[in-house]
Amino acid sequence: MARAILTVPAKARVGEVVEVRALIQHPMETGYRSDAAGQRLPSDLVRRVECRFDGELVLAGELHAAIAANPYLAFALRVPHNGTLSVTWQGDRGFTHTESARIDVT
Amino acid sequence: MSGWLVRCGLVGGALCAALAAAAEPRQSGVEFMSPATQALQRDDAANPAFLWVKGGAQRFEAACARCHSVADMRGVATRYPAWDGALGKPVTLSARINLCQERHVDAAPLAAESEALLELESFVAHQSRGLPIAAPSDPKLARALQLGAKLYVQRMGQLDFSCAQCHDAHAGRRLAGSTIPQAHPTGYPIYRLEWQSVGSLQRRLRQCQSGVRAEPYSYASDELTALELYLNQRAAGMIIETPAVRP
Repeated sequence: MARAILTVPAKARVGEVVEVRALIQHPMETGYRSDAAGQRLPSDLVRRVECRFDGELVLAGELHAAIAANPYLAFALRVPHNGTLSVTWQGDRGFTHTESARIDVT
Repeated sequence: MSGWLVRCGLVGGALCAALAAAAEPRQSGVEFMSPATQALQRDDAANPAFLWVKGGAQRFEAACARCHSVADMRGVATRYPAWDGALGKPVTLSARINLCQERHVDAAPLAAESEALLELESFVAHQSRGLPIAAPSDPKLARALQLGAKLYVQRMGQLDFSCAQCHDAHAGRRLAGSTIPQAHPTGYPIYRLEWQSVGSLQRRLRQCQSGVRAEPYSYASDELTALELYLNQRAAGMIIETPAVRP
């Protein structure tokens, strides 16, 4: 079971730019390595990350083999109103994980 | 006369090697890391070891919360390895978690270095972050402490090195590209960048053993437990950082 940690400030002023930080547990196996028996390890990567604020896409990115295991992503987000930020990671072998956090404006 | 001098020199050298004291002042491995790695450890939202702590919190809630509260876990990691009366020997924190599994949860013990065991150990040890490591005070631990102290200075492997030769005599100097730390186990289980994963102190000790080309002691062996115990005595009073990041 994948673990993920999404860190956002619980409160923000209207229109404030806040920092969003997302961390997910994933081996990010490149597909270029071999195991102890010499067998090629098949690639197992997170391929795409999507961040939505109340359903609206605010950031999307593609991840590749050069990114370390347990990828960490930080970005700035302007918060116009109360809402829920959700981050979805999708990858090989049907991997998908969504983590959500509520941000309230004052 | 010259023979006497040579013999005296040899004896003196051996004494020096035996008495080489731990490096002073004592410093956690965090002091030897790059600023970027230090920053990674400092920031709970970026430190990847928190993924294991989070997993451990869920497992604790599911399996351990029947008997233990999270608050009860504060300070536990400062006291391990500790004496287990039923087994009649000291056990490490991860071994203690496994004994709990067997005795009270009625579950099969978790495999060494399994995700489940590392997560639980990370979570429990994290509850002691900021507390000083307690010096082992139980008199029943004396024998194991003695064994640990002996193993620490015992040369082993094809390279014929002891722990003390690197971590006492050459701490702070470099072994190839890496700085040799003083070997104080302040942050275990650690997220090691080289592993890209969390691992236990025993995994680290075994890796040092294969580094000097010795046959590693097996997980949960009396030898590794004794070494852990001795390292805790050596680091007594130092502050627990779990979950730490190391290069």
